[in-house]
This record gives sequence, structure tokens and C-alpha cells, in this order.
Amino acid sequence: MNETQLSNNESRITMAHGGGGIQSQELIQGIFASHFSNPILNAMGDAAIVEIPRTYLAYTTDSYVVKPIFFPGGDIGKLAVCGTVNDLAVSGARAIYMTAGFIIEEGFEFKQLESIVASMATVARACGIMIVAGDTKVVEKGNCDGIFINTSGIGQLFVKQAMTSSRIETGDVIIINGSIADHGMAIMSAREGLSMDTSIESDCAPLNSLAEHLSAAVPNIKFMRDATRGGLATVLCEAVGENNFGIEIDESKIPLKEGTAAACELLGIDPLYVANEGKLVAVVPADSAEVALATMQSHPQGKESEIIGCVTEDNVGKVNLITTIGSRRLITMLSGEQLPRIC
Amino acid sequence: MCLAVPMQIEKIENESATVNVGGTKRDVNIAFLDDADIGDYILVHAGFAIKKIDEKEAEETVKLLNKMAEIARNDNSDQS
Amino acid sequence: MKYITEYRDREKANAIANRIVAVAKDQSMTIMEVCGTHTMALARFGIRQILPQNINLISGPGCPVCVTPNRYLDHAIALARQDNTIICTFGDMIKVPGSTSSLESERARGQDIRIVYSTLDALELARNNIDKEIIFLGVGFETTAPTIAASIDIASRQSISNYSVLCANKVVPPALLALLSGRTEIDGFILPGHVSTIIGSESYTPIFEKHPVACSIAGFEPSDMLEAIYELAVQISSGDPKLHNSYRRVVTANGNIKAKALLNRIFEASDAEWRGIGNIPESGLSIRDEFSSYDAAKKFNVTIEETVEPAGCRCGEILTGNIKPADCPLFGNNCTPSHPIGACMVSSEGTCAAHFKYGS
Repeated sequence: MNETQLSNNESRITMAHGGGGIQSQELIQGIFASHFSNPILNAMGDAAIVEIPRTYLAYTTDSYVVKPIFFPGGDIGKLAVCGTVNDLAVSGARAIYMTAGFIIEEGFEFKQLESIVASMATVARACGIMIVAGDTKVVEKGNCDGIFINTSGIGQLFVKQAMTSSRIETGDVIIINGSIADHGMAIMSAREGLSMDTSIESDCAPLNSLAEHLSAAVPNIKFMRDATRGGLATVLCEAVGENNFGIEIDESKIPLKEGTAAACELLGIDPLYVANEGKLVAVVPADSAEVALATMQSHPQGKESEIIGCVTEDNVGKVNLITTIGSRRLITMLSGEQLPRIC
Repeated sequence: MCLAVPMQIEKIENESATVNVGGTKRDVNIAFLDDADIGDYILVHAGFAIKKIDEKEAEETVKLLNKMAEIARNDNSDQS
Repeated sequence: MKYITEYRDREKANAIANRIVAVAKDQSMTIMEVCGTHTMALARFGIRQILPQNINLISGPGCPVCVTPNRYLDHAIALARQDNTIICTFGDMIKVPGSTSSLESERARGQDIRIVYSTLDALELARNNIDKEIIFLGVGFETTAPTIAASIDIASRQSISNYSVLCANKVVPPALLALLSGRTEIDGFILPGHVSTIIGSESYTPIFEKHPVACSIAGFEPSDMLEAIYELAVQISSGDPKLHNSYRRVVTANGNIKAKALLNRIFEASDAEWRGIGNIPESGLSIRDEFSSYDAAKKFNVTIEETVEPAGCRCGEILTGNIKPADCPLFGNNCTPSHPIGACMVSSEGTCAAHFKYGS
């Protein structure tokens, strides 16, 4: 079975591709194995046999459902690899192995599947992570929305201490590596029913190299987190959690692209709560702030890095925002999803 | 229920205009406007232009705000 | 972003705030923002926090989702349960609880409920799904009502017969009159900027003449709102109430004549039920008989469940400014944005939701 036969324009996923028989084999060999090819995966066992370095490991899992599957700046495949790599990276770990499970709707186009798989392979290679095991299930038409991907990832710790919010102290400085809300708004404006034409692209990108550079330059870094679902606001709320400090950020310092800001205005959405897929929030000691900022700004994933706030002794357990006009308001966890509103 | 955003007209076709704010574009209905030209700023609510923005009045408001800021600056320097 | 950014300037905002302090001195002033979008904007920019303590801002009944009664939601849900039906709604309505369900729950059960940004998007759906009935949930005040009237007008001109509106649109002046007739502790009103864009500042004149009280029509950017509050402070401290317009770049004396004409052609005034407030004469808009084929309430005969009002909910008192959200025993306890009981918590511009989210 060659690739062109599999991925001609008409061919679609059928229930047979999930049946475990010849068609399943064709799918695995024709699409997944050919793109993800590496010695561990190529052994094609029921489980991947991997060599584990003698060190601490970070281990993560995540599921990816996104609509539309292809969006400006990426697709569900790129999202799945970046998401896995980033969860490891902000935990201070270098991604080494990952697995990918695909749940595909009957009738899904091969061409689209191959395009997704190819973009996964490209990002995985760029990040130095090997996709060592995978699984495919096909569900009846209507039982899933095109394609869902579940991943797990293993990474090797490059920091000496695990990064937890309890290490954060009063006076520490909060840095972000660039503009917020681009991913969520790119997705939202690409959805039907809103018919908007925007230049917004998802920020979907791997943060492994940035995180490792930063950790090397600032060994006493306290905390890193990627601001995905729930946005920057949620990460900061989680960071204060039950801890004995407060956080204060300055709205005017938070990078926000004009197009994204405009789309947020139009749909009545607060960008602080909008998802990102390539944004890293770092908390570093004040005396390392300059080094940290310079290191981030000299990295391709951090050119627009900014110091956006600091950790405070007062307002314990709370996140305060200095608003555009210099007033203050409280940032709390989001309840439910943000919907376009006209009110 | 009144979120409305100023957007600039880029193209007009009958009752519809393509408008832009910060690179986000959308077609809106302009049947409620008396006159509309390319380059005009209009107030958009739920896909409809509800008013053309009066540039002169907008300038007057900004002037008024500047004047208030100036008074406040003077007050501050008097105190210091 | 022209006409946005210049009104969000830190120095100017603080300058106006200083002027407000200078004018208001120690005098206690209670000011109501009538419009829910003002409630949201005040919270978002932290306006309350830069005002002196003696200026007390309270939120009025101008959040259309909040004042939409349970009965309407129950009707919408009954329509959603019909076969071959797509319900189109603004995102604001999706979480509002009806008596026993919500649009969100109905969507989870498989009913086809879509969020749109505009009635134009709903019309497009109607054109693309001629075998289905597209029902738009028409809520909102005079800003939104013309966009709904326009959709009925377009549907009738283009013979789109599978489109209809379940109409609960309302108008502001009768509600303002009802408020002023009942309660006198409010010293000044921030009048809704975009409603006024449509109806014009003159629309308030009869009410103002009957009940002279400090009034200022305001825009939604920080400088706009602060400037309006400054105007009100001047009026209140001098005891010389005026009907002032702080939003002259879009609000004129007569408003948008074309939009008003269309409103009048498609709708007629009717008595309307406001959640928590009750019936206000002539405060609603109903689709005229001539366009009844676009009136979902007349087009479809559905059985609506018995209306149950949520127990313990004090939304009505909050909407009329009689109590603050924190005074309601449900606020923040049983009633939160993820589990709203009253409509003031459901709508993102609802007073309770804004207070919960922005902690003001």
C-alpha cells in the first residue's frame, strides 16, 4: 500500500480502518509508521521498549479536541505535540518519548489525517521527541467530531528541583514570553456563525528550548507554567492558590496584539481568560529578572517577552490587575467557558 | 445589551460594508446610516452599523479631556 | 484602535477622577448606571476603585438577559425541543436557567442551538438550511431591537419563510419612568449610550420634565464614563439637575431616524414582564400582526412547562438598586457564575456576575 493510494482526495476513514484487520494495518503503515518512523516505534510491539535515563522523569497526558481541526497557525496534530512537549518543558523536563492515540470519525478524509500526522512528525522532530507508540480507533459517524488525539509524554528533568508554586516568594517577578489570547481568538473567529475575517494566528509552538535556555540562565527560577485553557488569568490564580502571597500584574504591560484585542472587543471577551498554546509564564527572583528577560527576549520564542507583574506580600491568595487606567480589579478563576456576547 | 465597537469602512456594496478594527474584518449591514463613505468610522453592534461617528464631536471630547488633564496637572504642581 | 484607545488614557482618567473628588467633596451621591454594558465596563476598568467613597454606584435594570423572565426561557426551550429546528441566540442567553432546564442543557441533550454574533448570521443559516426552521431569540433593548427588526424585514423582502423570532425585546424609557416613580434615593442616572444612539437624547425629555433628576448619557470607555460621572457630580452638588449628553460623538437629539422608523414598522409597543420587577406598561416590543408569520410565538404551537421562579433569589431587588449583590443570601454561596440561580449571575453583564468576577 503506498501513500498516494491512501491519501487520494476521495479516500476516507471507514469503520474497517479501526477493525484491526488489513485496513488497520494499511492505515498504521501507510500513515503513522511512515511519518513517525523511529527505531522504537518501528519495532511495532504491543508496547514500546524505551531506555530510561537514570534521573527524575516528568510524565504527562493530555487529550486534544479542537474545532476547527485546522486553524490559522496550526492544526490538532501540531497542537497535540506542542501541548505534550510544553507540559513537560514547563515542568523543567526535556521531552523524550510520547505516545499518541487517535480516535477518528468514520468518513474522515485520509488527506486531512495525513496532513495532521505530518505536522505532528515535523514538530516532534524539531523538539527531539520520539513518538514511540500509538493507537487508532474508528468510531461511527456522528460519534466524534472528526478526530480526537490523546497523548502521553515522558521527559527527563533538566532542573534540580521540581517547580511548584510553593517556592514562589514575595518580591519575585512574573514574566511572559509574548502576546496573549492569540490561540483562543484564532479558533473562535474561525468558527462558523461569527463570520469574522481576522489576521490572528494561533501562537501554537513548542516551548521546550525556551524553557531549557531560561532554566540554564536562571538556575534559581521558581516556577514555570504554560498558559493554555483558561488563559493567563487562570495560571496566576492557580499559582496563588493556597499560598501565602498575592500577585499583582499590570494590564498595560501584558503583550496583546492589536488584531486579537480588536476581536476580543468585538465579541466581548476578556483576553486574560483566552487560551494560549505557546505562552510561558515564568516566576523568577527579582535579582534575576533582568537576566531572565534578556535570555527570553534573545530566544525566537520569547522576542516579545515582558515583565508583567510581581509577587506581593499583601492581598494573600489574590491576583490583582492594575487596569489600563491605573485602577485595580480582582482576577478570579473563570466559571464556565467564555462565550461571544453582545451585551 | 449594548456592546458596540467603532470600525472603519473599507468597502461598500449596496446595504453591506466591509469594516475593520485592528485587522479584524466583518461585513456589516449599513441600512441604518444616512450616508457612509469608505474611510468613515461607524459604530457596529451585532453586525449592524448603528451610527456614523461624528469626528468633530469626538475631537471636542478629546479636547475637553485634555483640558481636564491639564487642570489636574496644574493642581498637582500647585500642591507640590 | 481609533475611538477606543484615546479614551482609555491613564492620565486623563485620573485627572477626571480628581475633578470628581473636587466637585463632590464630602457629599454622598448615589448614581445608577442603567445599562448592563456600563456595569461590565465599570468593573473591567476598575472605575469604582478610583472614585471617592462618597460616590455610590448602583446597577440598574439594563441587562436584557437579567430582566428576561423564566417564562420566556421555558418557551425558547419548548421551541428548541421541536424537530427540525435550529435555535439561534446571542451567547449571553445560553446559560440562563429556565424553570427546569437551560439552552446549554438542551444543547447537551442534542438540540440544535447555535451562538451567533448577528441576526444576519441567523438569516444565513436559514438560507443554507431550507428544510429547517431557524428561530432567533430576540432579546435586547433599543440598540439590538433594530437589528432584529431588520432581520424580519430582510426575511420578508427575500421571502425567507423558515426564519422567525421569539421576541422579548424591551425599551428603556418606560422602565426608567417606573424606577423614578417608585424610588427617590437615586441622585443621578448614567443613561445608556448605545440605546440613546438609537432613540436620541430627546426621548428622555418627558420623563425628565416629570421627574427632574441629574442625568448624563455616557459612552463605554473609561474617560466617557468618568466624564459623565463628573457631570452628574456637578449637577448633584449644585442641585441643578440637567439632561446632559456626554456621548455626543454618536448620540444626537433625535437618534437614528431610520432605525426608529424600522422599529416602528415591525414592532408595536406592548406591556412586558421584567424579571423581579413585574409588569411595566408599554415597555415591550411585539411583532406587528402584519409580520406574524415571523413571530415564533404565533408560528409554532408548543406546550410550555409550568413556570417556577427560583427560591430565595433577590434579583428583582438588585435590578432596582434596592440591595447590593452581597446582600442576597445566595450570592457567592449557592449562586455563582458556574451554578447561577438568578439571572443577574447568569449574564456576564449581570450585576451579580460583574461583582463576582471583578470583586467590586
